[in-house]
Amino acid sequence: MTRVLGWLAVVALASGLLVGFGIAPREMTQGNVQRIMYLHVPAVWVAYLAFAVGFAASVAYLVRRRPGADRLAHAASEVGVLFLGVNIATGAIWGKPTWGTWWTWDARLTSVSVVFVMYVAYLLLRQAVDDREQAARYGAVLAIVAALNIPLVHFSVFWWRTLHQPPSILKSGPSTMPDVILTALLVNFAALALLGAYFVAKRVGVLAAEAEALA
Amino acid sequence: MTFARRTLTVAWKDLLVERRAKESLNALVFFSLLLLFLFQFALGPDRDRLQAVLPGALWLGFLLAGLLALGRAFQVERENDCWEALLLVPGDKSAIYLGKLVGSLVVMLVVEALVLALFTVFFNVDLAAAGAGLVLVVVLGTLGFAAVGTLFSAMTAHVRARELLFPVLLLPVLVPVLLATVEATAGLFRGEPIGAVSRWLGLLAAADVVYVVAGILTFDVILEG
Repeated sequence: MTRVLGWLAVVALASGLLVGFGIAPREMTQGNVQRIMYLHVPAVWVAYLAFAVGFAASVAYLVRRRPGADRLAHAASEVGVLFLGVNIATGAIWGKPTWGTWWTWDARLTSVSVVFVMYVAYLLLRQAVDDREQAARYGAVLAIVAALNIPLVHFSVFWWRTLHQPPSILKSGPSTMPDVILTALLVNFAALALLGAYFVAKRVGVLAAEAEALA
Repeated sequence: MTFARRTLTVAWKDLLVERRAKESLNALVFFSLLLLFLFQFALGPDRDRLQAVLPGALWLGFLLAGLLALGRAFQVERENDCWEALLLVPGDKSAIYLGKLVGSLVVMLVVEALVLALFTVFFNVDLAAAGAGLVLVVVLGTLGFAAVGTLFSAMTAHVRARELLFPVLLLPVLVPVLLATVEATAGLFRGEPIGAVSRWLGLLAAADVVYVVAGILTFDVILEG
């Protein structure tokens, strides 16, 4: 099952590359740099999807107390951190030639980076607690608080930024996206979602093997 | 005993211990005073610049002092071998959470009131202008802070490297509270009416509700085992 998921991800990633580089046209104002978007944007979608799975699995763990739910929560949050890291890194790489700076405290960059550190802290907590069952309980509580906090982070950062400076840079570009670019985006989203699912499945397997070995 | 009674009993116990030993309070007030010195040295004597960063410095001070206060909330129970006895509180364990929360909240508010008084003296701010709005911001902000802090303090009480882990867990979650309190305080210091900062007060109130409810619902889970 995991293996099938892996091969599906490979095929989807290959088609994603093909669509992103071969079929989608060169963007007029930004040039080839714009193609980073096909990795950058799907990565953040997959990350938030993974956090949503982590939240649901954490709630499920607290209700049912099945170790499997905890492993899913752990793996999903880990994959979420990975993809959010990819999103932030590709954003910086895109930002340098386009905005002239690697980083700016713009609303979206700030809110995403706050969410990123919140989940890095989650991983640190999981690492610091030795007892498996205790780590699962604490992790579930933190994952729930972190997920509930995401809307608060977004609102506060958005107001904080937009009250001070108008969104001048982010508004550039065409408001309606050409179909071919949208297609390339969705194909790559599917590819990264499959890759993320594969990682989660693999990590759940490793965590289960770890639990078995240490039991 | 009703839930409210049990909550108040835990809070009362904490406050009584604090009043008699003054262990945290003295150190926290002194720590905040030291922070004032440090801010002054780090930022330089330029009055305009100080005025501009004052709300941020003030809340950073509250945050750092609060980290120390909250980090100890459950630690003292361990040190005094009272942890098991505390768990014997009958009924719903979230009464312990709320009691601890109220106790920490009161201590933090006392410290913050003293720090605010010191700020007016050392940085020459007119707090009266900010008035009731400032009180509201401080209470709402501190409540949100203490609500998450109490939950995480209980969580990290049994974890190794807890002194490190507690701030590492707490600070990222508190970003919305910090942003809202700093922005609202800055607005009030500029002489804006409460209405002008109402969206921040709304955010703080929403955050308080989310954190307190999450704390009540999940505290049982932390105490298990």
